[in-house]
Amino acid sequence: MLPRLYHHPAAPAELLITGAHVVDPRAQLDEVHDILVRDGHIAELGSPGSLPAPAGAGVLDATGKHAFPGFVDPHVHLRTPGQEYKEDLETGTAAAAAGGFCAVIAMPNTSPVVDDAAILGSLVQHAGRAARVPVGFLASITRGLRGEELTEMAELRDAGALGFTDDGKPVVSAGMLRKALQYQRLAGGVIALHEEDPALSGDGVMHEGAVSARLGLAGIPTLSESTMVARDAALARYEDARVHFLHLSCSESVQALAQAKQAGARVSAEACPHHLTLTDDAVRGLDSRFKMNPPLRTDGDRRALVEALRSGVIDCVATDHAPHARHEKEAPFERAPMGTTGLETAFAALFTELVLAGELTLPTLIERMTAGAAVYELAPPRIAPGDPANLCIVDLREQFEVGADGYASRSQNCCFHGRALRGPVMLTLAAGQVAFRARMLTEAGTGAVAL
Amino acid sequence: MNHLISIDDLSRPGIEWILDRAESFAEVAGREIKKVPALRGRTVVNLFYEASTRTSSSFELAAKRLSADVVSIRSVGSSVDKGESLKDTVETLSAYDPAAIVIRSPDVGAAQLVASWTAAAVINAGDGKHEHPTQALLDVFTLRRKLGSLDGARIWIVGDVLHSRVARSNILAFNRMGADVTVCGPPTLLPREIESLGCAATATLERLHEADVVYVLRMQQERMRESFVPSLREYAIRYQIDTARLRAEQILMHPGPVNRGVELSAEAIDSPQALIGEQVKAGVAVRMAVLYELLVGAPALAMAA
Repeated sequence: MLPRLYHHPAAPAELLITGAHVVDPRAQLDEVHDILVRDGHIAELGSPGSLPAPAGAGVLDATGKHAFPGFVDPHVHLRTPGQEYKEDLETGTAAAAAGGFCAVIAMPNTSPVVDDAAILGSLVQHAGRAARVPVGFLASITRGLRGEELTEMAELRDAGALGFTDDGKPVVSAGMLRKALQYQRLAGGVIALHEEDPALSGDGVMHEGAVSARLGLAGIPTLSESTMVARDAALARYEDARVHFLHLSCSESVQALAQAKQAGARVSAEACPHHLTLTDDAVRGLDSRFKMNPPLRTDGDRRALVEALRSGVIDCVATDHAPHARHEKEAPFERAPMGTTGLETAFAALFTELVLAGELTLPTLIERMTAGAAVYELAPPRIAPGDPANLCIVDLREQFEVGADGYASRSQNCCFHGRALRGPVMLTLAAGQVAFRARMLTEAGTGAVAL
Repeated sequence: MNHLISIDDLSRPGIEWILDRAESFAEVAGREIKKVPALRGRTVVNLFYEASTRTSSSFELAAKRLSADVVSIRSVGSSVDKGESLKDTVETLSAYDPAAIVIRSPDVGAAQLVASWTAAAVINAGDGKHEHPTQALLDVFTLRRKLGSLDGARIWIVGDVLHSRVARSNILAFNRMGADVTVCGPPTLLPREIESLGCAATATLERLHEADVVYVLRMQQERMRESFVPSLREYAIRYQIDTARLRAEQILMHPGPVNRGVELSAEAIDSPQALIGEQVKAGVAVRMAVLYELLVGAPALAMAA
């Protein structure tokens, strides 16, 4: 459907969804509709009851539920190749589908690193066999993420790379990054940056502040991130390069980003559900599920991120889905690896903590959960006749306990584990295929729904 | 509540209850036969993942004076997967059905994790830079004996606060007992926002004369290599507590072991106002009281904060 996205092709959906409240700000929809999906495309939208079910099509009564364009996650770690004990393309994309995502973009900090075209080529092939939702791949900026030599960016683009990142690590040398930005003029592809000055973050394991002072844990100051955002925004502007800032976590970074955008730099940025809803206070219990990089910050930072997401200074939501095995996370806080899973909880967490709390409107949230596509020069999904069916059905009235029924991801290290959230995903169509349906849909005698 | 992980586990009446109990055990230490049968037939495991002389010997003696069977395990290494092996070790030891596990670890939160893996009562004997609650209790015990009460006492904690679990537990415990705490040290060794623990912070000894109690922390050699201080010489010039800086009425304390001539001058250590020996002595009685309250009593810890 979209260039540089890869998935396992299956039978296109034939389905009539009736009575869904469609919210799609890009299609300017906020009303109840029937949606007819034929041959994997949105064939028609009609007022409730107006569309007959074609022979052979399934029918889903979505009365009282919502239909949104499928979400796009511009930042996931699918751990393939090399760390399949944490996640693989199949389980990772199953988790994506369970969270309403119709496309995800995978980071290259795997083992080996995606730093040459042969590795990327095999991943693309593998995705064609295993991915339930389309996956885009970023290649690394530097070989082995070492920050020393550029990868063959042009060849990697030809092999399907959506863009480039050394995520997990910053590009420490400004000179190195500058060369990558210059080379982007030849290779194309967005350059996405994990912003952190290792001289300032040191061996920090959480936000530097009152909580780290109390716990005796080494802190990561906000300026470890914000000074690098400011530096790299200046580089991007100087080279007129296209740069995306990954997982911004603090108010100072938002200020640096806003200034760069105002000055005309071609920069974009994402924020994660955990940074938008939690603070370093969550770390007090020393539960390693709350250990991630960048770390959870203060409520002031959280509010600055929410405001930036609302105003559009931050362009989109990204989960930074980072699965880790149980035995790795079941360690003292300082020794546990950084990262939380996020695909299965992103929408519900943000809906519950931001929309229901009045901090963000539902249409804005939907816009920001799909805008990750545009960052990588892809068309954001829409619920519009003629478009491929990329959508999800969500029950906003329903509450569920995170993790109570297990996870689709291979890993369980979710920072929202045990929380009561509103808005479980019932059905996901991705690239015209049924990628996920909730257990209750399969159980509730939806024999009528031959999805 | 059947663990002692943090000073936050204790209310002021809880602390006082333990210290009153410790007074009666201190009396046992004065007898010819320094042993009571309180924990006869029960097992106490000391699990030390860090070098320690005072704390481990003090816990061992405390358990033995209560007639417990004591198993002491030292595993000082730098294996990167200590988290995993810690769980395995705890599960193995739990098979012996110990009544208590005393743990010292270089990792913040280790005691809490152990508590989640075992049915035994867990006592934190130091977890990384986080807490060392029995040290704080024995310091409060020592001060209470000397002052009668900590209410309104002005206590200065001087030195490397950033890397000190003793500082963190003591700030909390001194506060809870009504004292007025100030931390003092080089700005590089004071954690940002340390005031949020309920203390004042200063980088100079200028107002040291206001203190009733001067509690000096150990200054470690490696802090110099890590550029927290330019040299131990400059540190000593600015922060060493000596008899010239101390007023005669001020009480001097130190958790040990002391670096003579660095954070404390030799004269100060040997001066009559130093309670360093009292602190060590108090350690056994206070740890007996903690073991007793966790394994036999429990009302003190039920009075959680």
